[in-house]
Amino acid sequence: MKINSVKIISLLFFVLSAFYLYTAHQIQVFAFDEGAPFNAKTFPIYLGYAGMFFSGLKIVLPDKRPIEVDPTYLEFKKTILLVLTMIVYGATILKVGFFLSTSLFLVFSYYFLGERRWKFIIIFSFPFVAIFMYLLHGVLAVYLRDPLLKYIGIMG
Amino acid sequence: MIEGIIIGLQTALSFQNLMMVMIGCFAGTIIGMLPGLGPMTAIALMIPITYGFDPATGLILMAGVYYGAVFGGSTSSILINAPGVPGTVATSFDGYPMAQQGKAGKALAIAAYSSFAGGTISAIFLLIAAPSLSKVSLSFRSPDYFGLMILGLTAVAAFSSKGNFLKAMMMCVLGLMLASVGQDTLSDIPRFTFNTMNLSDGISFVLVVMATFAMSEALTIIIKGNDPSKAAKQISLTDLGSIKVNKEETKQMAATIPRSSILGFIIGVLPGAGATIASFLAYGMERNFVKSEEKEKFGKGSVQGLSAPETANNAACSGSFVPLLTLGIPGSGTTAVMLGALLGFGIQPGPRLYETNPEIFWSVIMSMYIGMVVLLILNLPLIPYIARILAVPRTFLIPMILFFSVTGIYLMSFNNFDIYLMIGIAVVATILRLYDFPMPPLILAFVLGGLMEENLRRSLLISDGSWSFLYDRPLTLCIMSAILLIIGWQIYQSFIKKD
Repeated sequence: MKINSVKIISLLFFVLSAFYLYTAHQIQVFAFDEGAPFNAKTFPIYLGYAGMFFSGLKIVLPDKRPIEVDPTYLEFKKTILLVLTMIVYGATILKVGFFLSTSLFLVFSYYFLGERRWKFIIIFSFPFVAIFMYLLHGVLAVYLRDPLLKYIGIMG
Repeated sequence: MIEGIIIGLQTALSFQNLMMVMIGCFAGTIIGMLPGLGPMTAIALMIPITYGFDPATGLILMAGVYYGAVFGGSTSSILINAPGVPGTVATSFDGYPMAQQGKAGKALAIAAYSSFAGGTISAIFLLIAAPSLSKVSLSFRSPDYFGLMILGLTAVAAFSSKGNFLKAMMMCVLGLMLASVGQDTLSDIPRFTFNTMNLSDGISFVLVVMATFAMSEALTIIIKGNDPSKAAKQISLTDLGSIKVNKEETKQMAATIPRSSILGFIIGVLPGAGATIASFLAYGMERNFVKSEEKEKFGKGSVQGLSAPETANNAACSGSFVPLLTLGIPGSGTTAVMLGALLGFGIQPGPRLYETNPEIFWSVIMSMYIGMVVLLILNLPLIPYIARILAVPRTFLIPMILFFSVTGIYLMSFNNFDIYLMIGIAVVATILRLYDFPMPPLILAFVLGGLMEENLRRSLLISDGSWSFLYDRPLTLCIMSAILLIIGWQIYQSFIKKD
């Protein structure tokens, strides 16, 4: 058996299924439901076994057309930067507010992806978010939490 | 039925809904044209917007987006040989060579006419077949539904996996696992919540679909480093040529369209098959039907080679609404997304929908046809202008997709945890995509998870814990046999057949 990335992913899925199965067995059901033909843990238990079965087969059986991804062609730096920017965006959106965090998220994302035309970066961030917010909050009356704009007095 | 059609027409032709079809078709065409973004992503992006409307309007908007995105996928297939969706891969076989010969305008026009004709014929089939199918489906019981759901999952896994049946089945199980998170529907017992309140309501459908489609597709484009804007720059709008189709070409299309429509509709009705299989089968079938000199032109810019997959792919789109509306079982990943949206509106598709919400049932069917007409009127004159959107640099496009995804979740929950969870699922989905793990089975399983458990619960309780319900009724037995046949065929294809 030749080990490749798909086999490793399948092994991880096997471990996940085993953990899922273990957790499914730990689900506390009502005493009167313990011996019932179906209770809250019946379906998850079957799922756990199914996951182990399919991933087990994938690990054991040979791959006809193994897929290998050449890491030299992958843009890890940009992707990681973008994911980190999203995490920071997620962390600040409630505290800082929608307008500033979204605008900064867009500015940094454009920059990390290689955009250097500042005129477009600015147009498609702050004014774009302002219009979007107006459409949502002003026109469609969708609530948007923005402590900063509220503090300044722009939002009610 | 006539009364229903009138109700549907009244709803679909109201000013607001007509505007929705137009906006949907336009937005769908633009999103569908962008490489990597298909109808499923387009509909997913629309879901948060539709929650502000009444169910009929929301669904009409989504139907417009669906058809628009399918046509948009064909546009990028023809212009830059970059199918936006798997369903338009076969379109590029002859569409792209035509574009290279300076007949891009004609190729786009043929695609538009064929899509319209395929959609029209299948809309008529849908009109006739849907009500009768809904009556037949009333005889379905819990074991049959449970069997049908497994059949749907197995079929999607078999057809969408491109020879990776086990990978697709793993994705099905992962989707079902994600669906099982949260409180049990009957007993309210928390499952897999790890003592956090954030998971007690389960994982939101919009979160999963945004993470696995819109977000992970954006991340995949970045990590793979392909640049759609570079490819788009290769198109010169002056090379589009005339969009007029001559008599000879019309004659060729007239022969191709009826047979491809019938095939597309039938394939679309089958759970799991969908537009991709329909377009490939129609291309293959057409190649066998044409004369030997025309056969030589296939792959080099044949009119019939372009018309057949385009017709079938649109006919299959309409066909896939039959199991969704009448049985509540989505036939494809896209209709699975629509099922999720329907459930979000508090509507349970199935045999009762025809009786309880006729205005929704008929207005969706009617708006699909109106969508086709709008699509034709909108797209033909706009072809040269629509093509310009392909030149939007990915440096702007990708952040916008990520922004819409995060905002969609933020507006739903106002919760940081959901955003982190979405990012986590998107990262895992991106890694899985790199190794060809298909996403449609995951989303279909996620949508069907709750219904599947519910039907298994009823079946097991009725049969007092015995699994004999799987073969007690002839209908269930037939469904189970079909499942076994698909699995057997896949095992044969994957491990026994030499090539």
